Amino acid sequence: MSKANLLDRRRVVSALLADRKEALVVGGLGAATYDIAAAGDHARNLYLWGAMGGAVMIGLGLALAQPQLPVVIITGDGEMLMGMGGLATVGLQKPANLSIIVLDNECYGETGGQMSHTAASTDLVGIARACGIQNVHAISTLGEVEAFAKTLQDVAAGPRFASVKIDSANLERVLSSRDGNFILNRLRGSLGLNPM
Amino acid sequence: MHARADTAAEQAASWPNEIFAVLQRFEVRQVPYVPDAGHSQLIARVLASPGMCGIPLTTEEEGVALLVGAWAGGQRGVLLMQSSGVGNCINMLSLTQVFRFPFLTLVTMRGEWGEFNPWQVPMGSSTQAAFELCGVRVLRASHPAEVREVVEAAAAQAYNACTPTAVLLSQRLIGAKEFTK
Repeated sequence: MSKANLLDRRRVVSALLADRKEALVVGGLGAATYDIAAAGDHARNLYLWGAMGGAVMIGLGLALAQPQLPVVIITGDGEMLMGMGGLATVGLQKPANLSIIVLDNECYGETGGQMSHTAASTDLVGIARACGIQNVHAISTLGEVEAFAKTLQDVAAGPRFASVKIDSANLERVLSSRDGNFILNRLRGSLGLNPM
Repeated sequence: MHARADTAAEQAASWPNEIFAVLQRFEVRQVPYVPDAGHSQLIARVLASPGMCGIPLTTEEEGVALLVGAWAGGQRGVLLMQSSGVGNCINMLSLTQVFRFPFLTLVTMRGEWGEFNPWQVPMGSSTQAAFELCGVRVLRASHPAEVREVVEAAAAQAYNACTPTAVLLSQRLIGAKEFTK
């Protein structure tokens, strides 16, 4: 399969977060977390280094608790495949402030580039739509990414879902903090909430 | 899926209302669940409550992750599930140690008291041990009169001391499902 003209993941995430304002951002384990860290560390970044399949649900809990703030989940195709049921749960709750972005390189880059289901047969955009998420996008150009990024601030028109096809290059890791309690309490602090 | 024959005793049980009152007192806001007949009264109370958000899940591990997000955003939650669902949560329970967030779950038990269905026995037999291996403290209520104070103690240590806690609601308390009359 031709891999020409696919997007660079770091440029995609930088474009998504360039004008993030008050948004809360959840990153799925692996390269998505490195991409978010590369775009700039932020108190409102909730980086995951494990809990594969949990990114969408963590974002949902956050979105329901803070309905006035944009909540943005950025994860990979493998992480999304492991937690696909979460799309059904999101489709039922319909949090208007939630956006889910899958960086789809059609493989498991962190473990040696083994192909994922999206390379051959699985249509994540179709799954999101079939789960009741009406605002869905299949994205393949930077222009579309930039237009989509502007919509993230609209907390009345979600939930929205986008699959962005990216190239499968393994980039240098940009390591965020992996102290979960620090990350969690830093985010809570940014919302004016105390540790426990 | 997890149907259990309603009995007159179950319909009249007051302990689900007592659990609901404890959750209200602790200002629990998000209540993810996979349905179980033993939780049906409590789920109905949650869904009817303007202050709580009942969130049906497709699998129990979703609820563990959801409660991280809820707490990050300033809300307490509780996960309702059946003993078979505990096995579905194992890796996600890592989050209780990594994030150290207040985790409380209420688990209706199968496979331990007059069970008819052998498929419920393996997970029901290892529910407590599985929780303990994952660092979750286990309390148990077997009689209607003790449910309120057990759930209250569990909520207190989960929310005040950040001690991940599960309450097992015994099959003896709920009643074995009747498959044949």
